[in-house]
Amino acid sequence: MNRIGKFIVLDILKNKIVLVYTLILAILSWSVFSLEDNSTKGLLTLLNVILLTVPLVSVIFSTIYIYNSSEFIELLLSQPIRRSKIWFSLFFGLSISLLLAFFIGAGIPILFYAPSDVGIMMLLVGIFITVVFVAIAFLSSIATRDKAKGIGIAILLWMFFALLFDGVVLFLIFQFADYPIEKIMVGITALNPIDLARILILLHLDVSAMMGYTGAIFKNFFGNQVGIIAAFTILLLWVAVPFLISLRKFRKKDL
Amino acid sequence: MKVKFLTFFFLILSQFAHSKVLEVGQNKSFKKIKDALAQAINGDTILIHQGIYKEGNIIVDKEVTLIGKNWPILDGQKKYEILSIKSNNTVITGFRVENSGYATLDDPGAIKVYEANHVTVCDNILDDNFFGIYLQYCKNTVVKNNRIKAYGVEEQQIGNGIHCWKSDSLQIIGNRISGHRDGIYFEFVTNSVIWRNISTKNIRYGLHFMFSNNDAYITNVFKNNGAGVAVMFTKNVTMINNTFEENWGDASYGLFLKEISDSYIFGNTFIRNTSGIHMEGTSRIKVEKNVFESNGWGMKIQASCMENEVVTNNFIANTFDISTNGSLVLNTFNGNYWDKYDGYDLDRNHIGDVPYHPLSLFSVIVENNPPAMLLFRSFMVTLLDKSEKMIPSLTPDNFIDNTPLMHSVDL
Repeated sequence: MNRIGKFIVLDILKNKIVLVYTLILAILSWSVFSLEDNSTKGLLTLLNVILLTVPLVSVIFSTIYIYNSSEFIELLLSQPIRRSKIWFSLFFGLSISLLLAFFIGAGIPILFYAPSDVGIMMLLVGIFITVVFVAIAFLSSIATRDKAKGIGIAILLWMFFALLFDGVVLFLIFQFADYPIEKIMVGITALNPIDLARILILLHLDVSAMMGYTGAIFKNFFGNQVGIIAAFTILLLWVAVPFLISLRKFRKKDL
Repeated sequence: MKVKFLTFFFLILSQFAHSKVLEVGQNKSFKKIKDALAQAINGDTILIHQGIYKEGNIIVDKEVTLIGKNWPILDGQKKYEILSIKSNNTVITGFRVENSGYATLDDPGAIKVYEANHVTVCDNILDDNFFGIYLQYCKNTVVKNNRIKAYGVEEQQIGNGIHCWKSDSLQIIGNRISGHRDGIYFEFVTNSVIWRNISTKNIRYGLHFMFSNNDAYITNVFKNNGAGVAVMFTKNVTMINNTFEENWGDASYGLFLKEISDSYIFGNTFIRNTSGIHMEGTSRIKVEKNVFESNGWGMKIQASCMENEVVTNNFIANTFDISTNGSLVLNTFNGNYWDKYDGYDLDRNHIGDVPYHPLSLFSVIVENNPPAMLLFRSFMVTLLDKSEKMIPSLTPDNFIDNTPLMHSVDL
């Protein structure tokens, strides 16, 4: 697995796109922090980057990469290597290279300008979001053989999590305004990794406003250690479940 | 003339001759404070030496000066009101007053002043009492430099640090109060000043203010209290240079104004409160040169407020600068600095050329529908907010600062 993983990481790093992604993240983060007079505002801008750009790039790049390496996968399959090993190596190779890009591009400026608990939370959340969307890419690319369809599914999933889901939640909140839905809302956020990530950061960023009534419920849930562990466990599930489903499919797939 | 003067002089002298110092202590002529008080006459000084005095309720009904030397302890054994002052011109200083009784009917205090004028209570340490210093029907009384501490857990189980009721011309200066129900409580108190006090970690309010007209509170610190500071049903209050900090909770405010009018809020600092100022039914108040920083809501101005002016304040790093609950706006905003303002200044007069709408759509949504807070800072909401800023449709369009500053005000 190590050798295959290493090969994939090197292959991706040779690919200019990830380098450009790193560069764009770096330019964005450094400029955001040096333009704004307080680091909180910089973090706010970066929050949008992490919640929109990072998942988009992760999911699309990974999907395309998997489709493009189908010949490479077929070649490996002709060797005496277990299928799960190949799939795992591919996953780790993609995750590690994208994480590296994220860490160099956004992580270093965050640690440099805002080494507070908000910054560290942002870094952790960015890491998880990257890996979650790599896993989702694996799911969407195994779902169909058609490349265009697969990429389409990936983009739709991104759109759903980044944009549509919040609209639906807002609609639900208005529809059920007369009911005590706060606790259910906490459960609903678990259905979207991006929302979960955003709330984790929000609890550190807007701590005073979060002390209000509803905020207090979220704070009670996500603010203490159990809540944070629960939130990260859910994020971990968001990595594990899509990937394991894709792995099961890959094992049985007739290539 | 000369004779008259001499007579006057001797008259004064004779007064001095009469006043004496009574000493209370282990090796002194009096063993108990009560004995000394029984012997004393108006104008005497009673000097109390180090020791523990468990004498139940000590009633001071003569114009005497009580001085504690090396912090003698007056212990109420959790049963009695400790010092009851019923005479004018009394001075209480240098005591450690502990363990007053608990009773909800007659509110025993560590030091309670009944209908007396010109009383001074200064430099005492009060520890673990029901009420700390309790003034009722007092005039010209000074409460100064006392350290008042209690360990209240529940609102019903503990009294106020400094409780003033139906009094006039009080001076509450330089006290430190913590752990009581309300740090300082004013009801029907007029023409008084609260200056340089530090009120922290009280269960309800740092300062609680009702029906008390023509008062001022200046340079106090209110930090970490259950619900901040409340000023209610009052007019002509001056609030200058106070700090309101870290009052967190849903019904918690830096400063809560309800039904107050004709007041002036100047140069205060509101940091890290859930709401900096919450206004309800207030009118003709001027809010000038204050700093609102890192609050959940800088100001919540309910639609029941009118003719208030918010002028030259700094709004920095608040989650929401302003919020309201209706569409009626009868207040004016002018020349404030809003760090969320993104207009320009072409003529370089340091005033933004584009008016600023401090009310974001999302703050209105959250006000009506608190669970929506869940979606704060999501892309969807940012989009809604931006479009609302361009073309206000749901938020009142006269909620506006026509002369927003480009740079924060130096204070």
